[in-house]
Amino acid sequence: MKHTTLNRIGFQLFALLLAFGIASLVLLAVGASPVQIYKDMFGSLGTKGKIADVLVSWAPLLLATAGLLITFAAGLWNIGVEGQITFGAIGTTLVLRLLQNSAMNAGFIIALSIFAGMLAGALWAALAGALKTFGGVNEIFGGLGLNFVATALTIYLVFGPWKRPGTGSMSGTQPFPEQFNLPLFEGLRLSPWALVVAVVGIVFVYFLLQGTYFGLRLKAVGKNFRAAYLLGIPTWQYMMFSFLLCGALSGAAGALQVTAVYHRLIPSISSGYGYLGLMVAMLVNYQAIAAIPVAFFFAALNIGSIQLPIVHKLDSSFSGVLQGLLVLFILLAEGARQRLTPKA
Amino acid sequence: MRTIVTRFAFLALALMLVISACSPAAPAATEPPAASTAPAEPYVFGLLMVGPYNDHGYSQAHYEAGKYVEEKIGAKMVYIDKVNTADRPGTTPDQLAGDLVAQGAKLVIFSSDDMKDAATAFAKANPNIYVIMGSGDQVWKEAPNYEAIPNLSDIMGRMEYGKMIAGCAAALTTQTGQIGYLGPLINDETRRLAASAYLGAKHCWVAEGKNPADLKFKVTWVGFWFNIPGFTADPTQIVDDFFNSGYDVVMSGIDTTEAMVEAGKFAAEGKTVWAVPYDYEGACEVSPKICLGVPYFNWKPMYLEAITAASQGTFTSSFQWRGPDWSDLNNPDTTSVGFLKGEGLSAENSTKIDAFIADLAGGLNLWTGPIKLQDGSVYLADGVVATDPQVWFLPQLLEGMEGQSAAE
Repeated sequence: MKHTTLNRIGFQLFALLLAFGIASLVLLAVGASPVQIYKDMFGSLGTKGKIADVLVSWAPLLLATAGLLITFAAGLWNIGVEGQITFGAIGTTLVLRLLQNSAMNAGFIIALSIFAGMLAGALWAALAGALKTFGGVNEIFGGLGLNFVATALTIYLVFGPWKRPGTGSMSGTQPFPEQFNLPLFEGLRLSPWALVVAVVGIVFVYFLLQGTYFGLRLKAVGKNFRAAYLLGIPTWQYMMFSFLLCGALSGAAGALQVTAVYHRLIPSISSGYGYLGLMVAMLVNYQAIAAIPVAFFFAALNIGSIQLPIVHKLDSSFSGVLQGLLVLFILLAEGARQRLTPKA
Repeated sequence: MRTIVTRFAFLALALMLVISACSPAAPAATEPPAASTAPAEPYVFGLLMVGPYNDHGYSQAHYEAGKYVEEKIGAKMVYIDKVNTADRPGTTPDQLAGDLVAQGAKLVIFSSDDMKDAATAFAKANPNIYVIMGSGDQVWKEAPNYEAIPNLSDIMGRMEYGKMIAGCAAALTTQTGQIGYLGPLINDETRRLAASAYLGAKHCWVAEGKNPADLKFKVTWVGFWFNIPGFTADPTQIVDDFFNSGYDVVMSGIDTTEAMVEAGKFAAEGKTVWAVPYDYEGACEVSPKICLGVPYFNWKPMYLEAITAASQGTFTSSFQWRGPDWSDLNNPDTTSVGFLKGEGLSAENSTKIDAFIADLAGGLNLWTGPIKLQDGSVYLADGVVATDPQVWFLPQLLEGMEGQSAAE
């Protein structure tokens, strides 16, 4: 057992080396110094404010990842997570808009709006789930389609019924009054509440997958749908439920984007955290707790990569290259390990 | 099996070694020490641009102004472009401004209207950093959302004049009497600029003895300052639609050069079309032959003034809305907006444009009543001259213009 773990770590380190190696080659090809670039990217994260900025993107990313771990466990590729984040943000914005002039306590309204975001995310995921379960539409295609619909809906709302007075701009709806923003740490852009929601989300998923029969059965559905069915597990219900849970967690991510980051609805409200979350979930391989540092690392790459255009005049999409390479090589290494390691 | 693994590991190690050996020396190490005669530390200012720094449009005009300030006072610019949530997901302008401050910036320019809320938030959270809000109105006492922010100044050129001249050139040139206007997003600024273009066009159309009712002026909005596939309407498509439906001049109101590119293509196919770019002095270079001229922002003098003041500690919060230098529209040191004629403008029309510019310089004000809004309501009664806020906060397009006044 110990031998296997060591073996796995060896392969993953090797993959890490390869990913950074190839990414470095890419940098060299454009005439940049990889050492200097890595130094600037990670060196820039040394301040309190920067760590806070990383955590600002870590929270929604972790929530999306948490949701995806559930659908992954059920053997589902929930690409629709982007749309679920977006629809969550729409739900949150809707409730804030409806209640912002009411006499209710602002804190209560925020809580309600986050809940609405979760509900909306679950609803959007349920659509993908229903398409899969009852329509026989693969969740990848269904999800992708629903992502486009969610974005189109956001654009419609931002330019149409929810537009800023006298304005028609992609830059978003009128920001909500300050009392409807989640409170921030003094002098930082980070809200403690965002951290709380994210941590609760991932811990919930950890216990769900590791410590409950539900998690166990879900994994059985994921590993072998037919066998699980024959063993008496209500498979489609489990799949549907995993969609709902993933949607709720992704919806919470969207809710945080509205209440803690942008304070309004913008067309790109999901910030790509769904797709990034897919990569994190693939990397951590069902280990919910591992998602905490890996999501942090990915968020740090995103925030650190801003140094590329500022200092080196390079495009910051390099962080995406590195993230993609990491996932690719870790998966390749896992495949190689299984082939090269003699079976016990 | 084990040997294969070991071999792989060695290969990887070797690869890493080669890579680190190949790495050029860190730039920091190669920087020459500051010469003893030069000032110890250049004043560092930051610039946030909404689009690419080399967009041949709005963002590049800011970038070049920053370069100008660097040269003039030996300051150093740090910048970040594509500051919008589609290109830099998960970021906010105030967060990116913080990155520029981390690079030493003591003043940050938020150059696009989109960044207004963020500029206000940033200025309040960082009272020790000066903020310039390009095209903003937060600290204008006449503005409905006026706020006193001691470390923030609003800077804008009176592009209305540039647009009037451009509109005139379009009206003088069109053979079909149909002018298309490629609008960005809809707000106060874009409404008043489109309306100014129309006022200029109508003025010169009527001066030719033509009936204003025969002039078609249609605005189609993209939804943002430039094309973001999947999020905005496609400006290329809009321009093509204009040219394919009888419009022979397209005026651009967006940050980028699609109108020029498409007009160039249509002209190459033998169609008689022209375009008027916008924002950046060099924008005609994209398709010189069909370019009637470009109304452009020259941020240089106002930036120089504000950044010099900031570097000397004499920065004061103000709202600046400066017009052209009528004695020389294209003097980079003095004018705030300019108009550079293009090759597509005929010699005869060029003379007429000169006369029109002379009239404007002499006090001709096209923002004089009677002016009606698009819904037919009277905005300026006969002979009434618009106040600055009436121009700045134009609530609708004008009567005679086609297109949306606000989002639907």
